[in-house]
Amino acid sequence: MAQDHAHNAPPSDTAMRVKALETLLTEKGLLDPAAIDALVDTYENRIGPRNGAKVVARAWTDPEYKKRLMENGTDAIAEFGFSGVQGEDMVVVENTEDVHNIVVCTLCSCYPWPTLGLPPIWFKSAPYRARTVIDPRGVLEEFGVELSEDIEVRVWDSNAELRYLVLPQRPAGTEGMSEDELAALVSRDSMIGTALADAPAG
Amino acid sequence: MNGIHDMGGMQCMGPIEREENEPAFHETWEGRVFGMFFTNFAEGHFNVDMFRHGIERMGPAEYLETSYYEHWLHSFETLLVERGVLAEGEIEEKIASLREAGG
Repeated sequence: MAQDHAHNAPPSDTAMRVKALETLLTEKGLLDPAAIDALVDTYENRIGPRNGAKVVARAWTDPEYKKRLMENGTDAIAEFGFSGVQGEDMVVVENTEDVHNIVVCTLCSCYPWPTLGLPPIWFKSAPYRARTVIDPRGVLEEFGVELSEDIEVRVWDSNAELRYLVLPQRPAGTEGMSEDELAALVSRDSMIGTALADAPAG
Repeated sequence: MNGIHDMGGMQCMGPIEREENEPAFHETWEGRVFGMFFTNFAEGHFNVDMFRHGIERMGPAEYLETSYYEHWLHSFETLLVERGVLAEGEIEEKIASLREAGG
């Protein structure tokens, strides 16, 4: 993607096409550009994987919360106020000593927006969508996750209604850490299943 | 519907390319397209299944060659014309007039 084009370069054909569509819909009274400004700001600045990390850290520290989360992911996540578009029906899958979970959307890009924000390009890319269901261990290795052969890998294919969040294993050596400290160890990829939670520093 | 979008299990798609610290949107127009999903939805022009079907009806070569938000744009255009919100060719006319006015 051209990131280094001059700022005074003419708009690309696609940018022009989008501008034409937005202009037409605005002129017809079907669109308020300010509403789009607000949506862009929300997804650039307010909704992202730090939300999911808070859910994971709570589940690591509060057994009652974890129980609610595993029984009804949507409601337990909504306790934080994380709900709405593309998070209406959430299922949380837990990594254990014996099981590792990884999430994909083979058909497109289904992803839990309220907890993880918008998906990275690789999640929406043909190689990830194609290969995760046929060679999940190969995909995990490409992401630097090497699992022993006796760990079962479960692949979850999202769809338009149902979205998955992986509950990674709590790393060793984190006893006594606060929820905020724990949340900092929870990366976006660890909640997709293409990474493990980070080890604590030191 | 079986089609190019149904990618699970396909082989030889190459390595997974990742980007560190990826922004939510790589180009300004991507954010505008993203936002239009909500406004079109709110106006009742289509539901999410119709939207996805609009992408899945793309020709396979075009599907593979275009980016994610270009898929969205394609679906919007298809559905808005089918729903009679936009006339055939109306976008091209608007592009021409915007270009005349200097971009």
